[in-house]
Amino acid sequence: MMPTKLHPALIGFTVLVFIFLVGPLVIVVGSALSDTTYLTFPPQGLSLRWFQNIFEIDAFRRTILTSLQVAVISTFVALIIGIPASYAMSRYRIQLPRWLSTLFILPVLVPELVLGFSLLKNLAFQFNAPIYLSLIIGHTILILPYVIRVISASLASFDFSIEEAAISLGSPPLKTFFTVLLPNVRSGVIAAFILAFITSVNDVSISIFLTGPGISTLPIQLLAHMEQFFDPTVASVSVMLMVLTVAVMAIVERTLGLTFLAK
Amino acid sequence: MTKPLSIRNITAHYGQTKVLEDLSLDIGEGELVSLLGASGCGKTTTLRLVAGFLQPTSGTITLGGKDLTRLPAHQRDIGLVFQNYALFPHLSVADNVGFGLKQRGVSGADKTKRVNAMLERVGLAHLAERLPGALSGGQKQRVALARALVIEPQLLMFDEPLSNLDAKLRVDMRVEIRQLQRANGTTSVYVTHDQEEAFSISDRVAIMHAGKIMQLDTPENLYQRPANAFVARFVGFENLVSMKVVARDGAQVTAEAAGGVKLTLGLEHFGEIPDAFVLACRADGLSVTDNMAVEGIPTTLGLRTYLGRAYQYQSETAAGTLVANGPLSRPLEPGSAAKLVPVPDQCTILAME
Repeated sequence: MMPTKLHPALIGFTVLVFIFLVGPLVIVVGSALSDTTYLTFPPQGLSLRWFQNIFEIDAFRRTILTSLQVAVISTFVALIIGIPASYAMSRYRIQLPRWLSTLFILPVLVPELVLGFSLLKNLAFQFNAPIYLSLIIGHTILILPYVIRVISASLASFDFSIEEAAISLGSPPLKTFFTVLLPNVRSGVIAAFILAFITSVNDVSISIFLTGPGISTLPIQLLAHMEQFFDPTVASVSVMLMVLTVAVMAIVERTLGLTFLAK
Repeated sequence: MTKPLSIRNITAHYGQTKVLEDLSLDIGEGELVSLLGASGCGKTTTLRLVAGFLQPTSGTITLGGKDLTRLPAHQRDIGLVFQNYALFPHLSVADNVGFGLKQRGVSGADKTKRVNAMLERVGLAHLAERLPGALSGGQKQRVALARALVIEPQLLMFDEPLSNLDAKLRVDMRVEIRQLQRANGTTSVYVTHDQEEAFSISDRVAIMHAGKIMQLDTPENLYQRPANAFVARFVGFENLVSMKVVARDGAQVTAEAAGGVKLTLGLEHFGEIPDAFVLACRADGLSVTDNMAVEGIPTTLGLRTYLGRAYQYQSETAAGTLVANGPLSRPLEPGSAAKLVPVPDQCTILAME
């Protein structure tokens, strides 16, 4: 048999795509390490002082914390709502109307700015909800469709007769959900967690309406910072966000993975 | 430990559709009864009702005298073996088998001992630590069987357990299932659409159609003495000919079919023959001969097919198209005239419906 030879054009194309994907990351990381007081690439001189700068500015310290809290809480809320919802839609797919699953995806179709604005108008003005609570509600609405989508996808390959097998062996339905179903959609839950967390941490369009005096999220603070300064802090915050995200992914994978392995 | 099952006047609906109608079925202690029928006949619905995954519209289900009808599925103490095995993918073979014991509060050395003994019996002791994903289809079904048997349930139910296996393995496994079931003496319900499988494994078989049991009997009786036209067709009586008795003479009865065809039937083979009846014959039960002097159904032979053990003919007769077999030694040409002679022990008599 002839070994399959890659077409040179295909190799070229792949390299281009790769550059297109990785290029911006290289530029951001490079800029963050620059010793200059303005954003530049390639970096001139190497320095970590812009990373240090993040923690010297009080607003960054506070917003990082807020962003993490909002992301963790809204992700958990979204999972608590999303897992049972996905389960119900997969388990009773035949009995339930088909538009129901579309309904849960709808928030994605609404421009986030509109969502943010309507939340501002209703939650913040009408009900006078605290900023922190409004942020969590807004982020939960934003990430719920992703959670449902990802978990439904992993439930699609789940064989529900496994659940019946467990019940027939004497395991009550609720217990079966935790001991049999959840461990088998673990990868979906992890993926949903990561996707939801990242979406929340990076969100601008909803947060911009819901943040207010004293409480802001990191991306909003970044915007505010950029309006006044053009130093590499912006780049170093981005790098930090990337590292943070990878760390979260690693932690989630590790902890959830180990918990379930130890059954 | 094992109990007789009694299903009384069960009617069940899916939404507005009636899937079971006034179904009753009694299974004795230690007996294996198969529910046999085409898809949609209600056999799986019956199983799911007994398992507790569906609720009947009316009727009762009792196991050993205890009413199960409203009992939640996880309290029924019934072992289930599924078509697609339904093993827990995240648990090892040993943990799969031990799952039911754990629910019953059996743990530690006692659990390990029972799991190992059961794995030994199904010949999988060496795979105890494997995950189900690393097993072959036959091994998976053995694990599923072990998992259902180890809890020593009052009732064992099989839902087409062998239909995902290849033909050779299917035969081996059904022998194995039967031996294990016999050894444990567990009352069992076995759902299948495979007639050979049902007949070979069961004490009795219920042939189902459109939500009803058409006949419940031993495999031998079903095969040789079907109670009605549906069951007769199901077990391979291809030719059903309506007849009327025109003369009775001691042990001989002369009957006439449409088109004036007359046949003489002996009571020693058919027992009592009512005045109007249906003569049911397998293809082997109508022997094709070109000897026009014998008594038989006159025919014009149609398409001839080679079966290996015989030639089969689509035969046009005054009583309709019949399927009949003729000897390999004398292949007859399509279009030629012949006679179809009933072979008594391959034919049976049905009451007119």
